[in-house]
Amino acid sequence: MEDVVEAAPYPPGEYDVVVVGSGPGGLQTSHSLRRRGVDHAVVSQDDAPGGMFRRFPIFERLISWTRPDAPFERGTREYEWYDHNSLLGENGARALVPEFMDRTFDVPSRAEMEAALVAFAERAAVPVRYGCRWTGTRREGERFVLETSDGEYRCLFAVFALGVTQPWQAPVEGAELANHYVKTRSVASYQGKRVVIIGKRNSGFEIASGLLPWVKELVLVSPRPVKIGVLPQSPLRLRYLQPYEEYVRGGAGSYVVDAAIVGIERSNGALRVIADGTTWPGRLQFDADDVILATGFLTPLQDLRDLGVTTVLNDRVPALSPFFESISVPGIFFAGNATAGSKGPRKHGVAPNSTSVNGFRYNARVAAEHIADRLGSGRPRHPIDRGEVVSFLLAELARAPELWIQKNFLARVVTLAGGEPRDEGIVPLEHFLDAGGEDAVAATIEMDPQAEIHPTVYVRRGGRIAEHELPPHPVHAFDGAEYRRELVSILKWLS
Amino acid sequence: MPEPDIVERLARLALFAEVSRTQIESIAHRFDEAVFAAGERVLRTGLTGGALYIIVEGEAVIRIEGQVRARFGPGEFFGEIGVLLDEPPNADVESTSMLRCLAIPGADVKPFLVSYPTVMFRMLQTEARRLRLTTEWKTS
Repeated sequence: MEDVVEAAPYPPGEYDVVVVGSGPGGLQTSHSLRRRGVDHAVVSQDDAPGGMFRRFPIFERLISWTRPDAPFERGTREYEWYDHNSLLGENGARALVPEFMDRTFDVPSRAEMEAALVAFAERAAVPVRYGCRWTGTRREGERFVLETSDGEYRCLFAVFALGVTQPWQAPVEGAELANHYVKTRSVASYQGKRVVIIGKRNSGFEIASGLLPWVKELVLVSPRPVKIGVLPQSPLRLRYLQPYEEYVRGGAGSYVVDAAIVGIERSNGALRVIADGTTWPGRLQFDADDVILATGFLTPLQDLRDLGVTTVLNDRVPALSPFFESISVPGIFFAGNATAGSKGPRKHGVAPNSTSVNGFRYNARVAAEHIADRLGSGRPRHPIDRGEVVSFLLAELARAPELWIQKNFLARVVTLAGGEPRDEGIVPLEHFLDAGGEDAVAATIEMDPQAEIHPTVYVRRGGRIAEHELPPHPVHAFDGAEYRRELVSILKWLS
Repeated sequence: MPEPDIVERLARLALFAEVSRTQIESIAHRFDEAVFAAGERVLRTGLTGGALYIIVEGEAVIRIEGQVRARFGPGEFFGEIGVLLDEPPNADVESTSMLRCLAIPGADVKPFLVSYPTVMFRMLQTEARRLRLTTEWKTS
């Protein structure tokens, strides 16, 4: 039999949209664009799908859950709330992560996650031009030109799904003496050593947790205190907090210290970290054999800053609109982790879940639909019988995974123009609040400062917005009789 | 070019003149930066859950019924009235340029002010000046 060499898809040329990246953000964007019939190309410097999950997390275990068995069947929309890791496909490409889990934990391993992403690319048939590196960007009239190792791509919209994977080097004196998280060695090489980890976010605690069985002494240090009083609002996951528990119980050998780093220096053949207390007065010195910088990551923007893309969160991610478009360079969109640059209304300071697959899979779908709208392939807005609006919204409040995962951020919107209700789909709440327009109602799930979960309804009438926060419920049964009564009363002008 | 470090930006503001570098680093780590394009709404009339915003770059205006009533620039702050009185704002605040702020969520404002009394004192001075302006306007 003759060898068949398949031509790589998406040769350089003109497309409406070009997507850069083949991690979960890129794959979801491409799939969602294709569902809307949008002409686009996908290029990736990697040679297979998976993005960051081909390398990270270092200790091979994710922190977001997937329950292989749940009250709703796998593959249903409601099941997505129980599976925070699968991408959103159709038919054989739905809920793929549980299929690969060995159930050792309720969170998948890195390898299981990678396998599910590879399976998604295959079963949802998401072609990617692999081994094609994006090298530069420029404008040419209305279009962007993406220069790549395979040639030039011209497009009206570019979607960058690059991951937030470039090590962020803290401006610390002596930082060159330390290794960044990404250069963490095999655990055995830390056996019997004193290790200082700079940073108390998830990556810092992940490393600390992984090194606990090996090291002699462990110190985590950064200016910000660990706040787990309101657990659901803490970015830290309990899974990683073993080093913290040892410290707060007074266990020797593990310390979690609130201090700003003054510098790292060599001392007697080892290293010394000098730090000034932030929640207590005074200076401390820690002698260490190894210092690891778990100071986080930033989006590898390459030359996009020169094009005018502005950033936020201390230069880590691009500042984005509610539809994940750069606020300073229209036409440049982002997918994946970088969508954390879209702040939403930030009611009570609650940030969306955009740094993990569970949240950014929905962000990608919202952005793809918005791009399709801008390209003129408007999607149908299905009519809803007037007598069904309350039941429709209650079901969304009780079970819509988009609302439950992207709390205070995404909403289900029903427009009421001419007294004929239509389903507007999942819409960024910030857009609903600020864009104005016809009379409409938005249903969303919100968390208050005490971490209580409230169904909340916003009504827009005559251009003015009214907020209706409904009470919490111990088992979140937001489709029950009392909520029906409340919603009927809020929407009584509709009948 | 990378954006200047948020710690540098905060250290330049008069509000933080008497706060040590270590403490400014702590503040920058604890609270998020928020960036708005020109013409975005930062605070919305009648909606709860707001924050205290301290401007590090750009300009914002208070708008009531379409009329601009006040302007805020770098080093100034807004949102404190709603947070302190636990009431939703009675006006919109909008950015008029690219606006970069430190956002302190409502529930964190009291512990923040109590932790940094020199910041609280400088904010009170600003409130006193604002009150004097309002009084002068009403009596002139």
